[in-house]
Amino acid sequence: MKILESKSIVKNFGKVRALDGVNLEIKKGEVYGFIGPNGAGKTTTIRILLGILKADEGSASIFGMDVWSDAVEIHKKVAYVPGEVNLWPNLTGGEVIDLFTSLRGKINVEKRDDLIRRFNLDPTKKCRTYSKGNRQKVALIAAFASDAELFILDEPTSGLDPLMEQEFHKCIDEAKKAGKSILLSSHILSEVEKLCDKVSIIKDGKIIESGVLKEMKHLTVTNIYAETKSKVTGVNKLKGVHIFEAKDDGYSLQVDNEVLPDIIKKISDFDVIKIESYPPTLEELFMKHYENVEVD
Amino acid sequence: MNKNLFKGTFDLIKLLAKRNILSISIWLVSIVSITVVVLGAFTGLYSSEEEMFAMAETMRNPAMTAMVGPSEGLDNYHVGAQMSHQMLLFTGIAIAVMAILIVTKNTRADEEDGLIEMIRSLPVGRLSVSLAINKLMSTVFILLFIVVAISMYLTGLENITLEGSILYGAALGMIGIFFASLTLVFAQLTENSRGTIAYSFAFLMLAYFIRAIGDVSNEMLALISPLGLILRTHPFVLDNWWPILVMFVASVLLFVLALYLNSIRDLGSGFIPSKPGKKTASKFLRRPIGLYLRLQRTSIIAWFITMFLLGVSYGSIFGDLEQFILSNEMIQQMVSQDSNFTLNEQFMTVLMLVMSMMATIPAVIFVLKIRSEEKKKRIENILSKSVSRNELLFSNLIISLVLGFLMLITSALGLYSASSAVMDDPILLSTIIKASIVYYPAMLIMIGFALFLNGIFERATPLVWLYIVYSFLVSYLGDLLQIPEAIMKTTPFGNIPNYPVEEVNVLNLVLMVLVASLLIVIGFITYNKRDIKE
Repeated sequence: MKILESKSIVKNFGKVRALDGVNLEIKKGEVYGFIGPNGAGKTTTIRILLGILKADEGSASIFGMDVWSDAVEIHKKVAYVPGEVNLWPNLTGGEVIDLFTSLRGKINVEKRDDLIRRFNLDPTKKCRTYSKGNRQKVALIAAFASDAELFILDEPTSGLDPLMEQEFHKCIDEAKKAGKSILLSSHILSEVEKLCDKVSIIKDGKIIESGVLKEMKHLTVTNIYAETKSKVTGVNKLKGVHIFEAKDDGYSLQVDNEVLPDIIKKISDFDVIKIESYPPTLEELFMKHYENVEVD
Repeated sequence: MNKNLFKGTFDLIKLLAKRNILSISIWLVSIVSITVVVLGAFTGLYSSEEEMFAMAETMRNPAMTAMVGPSEGLDNYHVGAQMSHQMLLFTGIAIAVMAILIVTKNTRADEEDGLIEMIRSLPVGRLSVSLAINKLMSTVFILLFIVVAISMYLTGLENITLEGSILYGAALGMIGIFFASLTLVFAQLTENSRGTIAYSFAFLMLAYFIRAIGDVSNEMLALISPLGLILRTHPFVLDNWWPILVMFVASVLLFVLALYLNSIRDLGSGFIPSKPGKKTASKFLRRPIGLYLRLQRTSIIAWFITMFLLGVSYGSIFGDLEQFILSNEMIQQMVSQDSNFTLNEQFMTVLMLVMSMMATIPAVIFVLKIRSEEKKKRIENILSKSVSRNELLFSNLIISLVLGFLMLITSALGLYSASSAVMDDPILLSTIIKASIVYYPAMLIMIGFALFLNGIFERATPLVWLYIVYSFLVSYLGDLLQIPEAIMKTTPFGNIPNYPVEEVNVLNLVLMVLVASLLIVIGFITYNKRDIKE
């Protein structure tokens, strides 16, 4: 069952084409990752899906209703958390949470108080005193306290500390178990990898790739840094090695996850002193793989 | 006391001076020039002794005393007496505001932003910031005192004596020093800059009202208020110096208190704990209309007080209006000559025009809340919920329509309460109310125009303010500059009859309401079709 569908959405801001035919499809119960570099069109797409901007061409629907003309009806079952949460400085966090949930439907007091405790928020403080992370908590609590069917989350963890990020991941899991659907826009690859069933990658207003993350080979690479006693030779030619650079004391490599065991084995032949591995950032991937992808 | 407590004060003064030089200069130049300009304006106000007495008579009523202070010089109401009667209090309040804002910004606000922490991590004494701001403000206000005294005396006007000029300047400077010390105390007591400002302004307002009550009824009560005290100097009339001395002692005591409080508290803390806000939203705050009323609560109350006081201040002139009008050529030209009505009634129509335009300002501000929220990117918080654009727009519109109407009524009530107190034969309340609400259709057009622009071409919305300013200039100065009738009709206010002098043409008013409705409807339709700005 399709929860959300957009077909060839186009949006122009003056002469700039911000979106150039965006297609998305989210089925019930899916956690859908929406990734791309800054300025690619993630937020514009989301604002169109929320009926805040009007698409110039194409159509989009949520729960089978038009996102522009049926916005009010749709929003009864949609919870949205923006990337930059702007709140009213002279209202308290608690007041804003209640306002947000009651503008959507009824307040579930138990759920709300539980979330306030889990996210460790002081709801009696005025919003002017909140940090970016705390403002995000307000929006997240209001979202998860609702009985929405679809969650639209636009980089919701950008201001949260690691503990709160974990709490957020738990909330996503719970929502998923309850059969809710989630659109999660992010530029943190590890987060998307961990949480999402499917992803779409957007660049310059166009979806350049969609599908299951694990199947996107070029997205599943690992960076390795190794220091060895003897000189490493013959690794740079191997299949699945994308980057091989000799540094002052060691070597930097980027390899496909598929061939990772072989490469490690190979490197260990040269007497390893130190070895580190870390996932690449989305920016690195984009620089490497997508810089030449033509839009049209 | 430990010398190290004040280490680095001199460097801090230099830093503070550099940071605040622009705002201090603007304040000082404005205050000095207004003093000199008004002094010049008072000089040309009357040409004979009789006119001077006529002027003085209009001041001799309790409403006027409550507003501007006690009058010692009415028997010989020369330029100097007018200055100390009509200008000293208001200039003093402006200076108090200046002191409150600048001291708060450089003490509690900086502390809140973590700037004081940076400074205190350097080899700087614990009390140096307080001492530095006090020294800087004292220097500024002594400078103000000298410049005001010299520039007043240099006008060379009759009755502007050397002693009077010095005392007038000293009174102004002393108010500044007093409120700088007072604000420094509140900066220690409260935990954030909003609290500092709120308590300081509350004190200032209280000082004004205690003085107002005291000036009218009880001399001793007026002396409790620092504003009442400083008015007792009566520069150019009695030239009393003792209030300056009392204020000086009070300022020193306050400053010592501030230093003491500063020395016993931790950085970032205060003595009046900021009370926690509400944990949950009231029932009222659960729809957009409640939200927007709540967000504008303070501003709404402030506008009601402003409109009422405006009405009171205009109403208080009615007492000896005829003499006043006869002595003032400018007003004579503004009041249309029609012998069927009393001068009072004719004059009232001019006041109603001004007051209705003033009342239009909050009405337009309230309806354009929707735009200011959009610019602050808070509209999508609401629109991403189950709220239609129509409900959003309607919430703001209804607030504007209802409050705009009540603003008109409030100013009319203010006018009535003061005028009925000072007139032998007061104008009927119903006449005043009716004269006021005939302007409602004109206000509606302005509200409609604001919504129209907001919908059709959002960036052009400020044009509505231009139109209001234009209306104000054309209507207010129309008779004076003999602007043709056709141009007067280009503003909504120019199409409103001057009730009770002119007949009320109902059809005309209905037509204006229709135009306003049309603008509002277009505003709704276009707002529903456009993007919300990022």
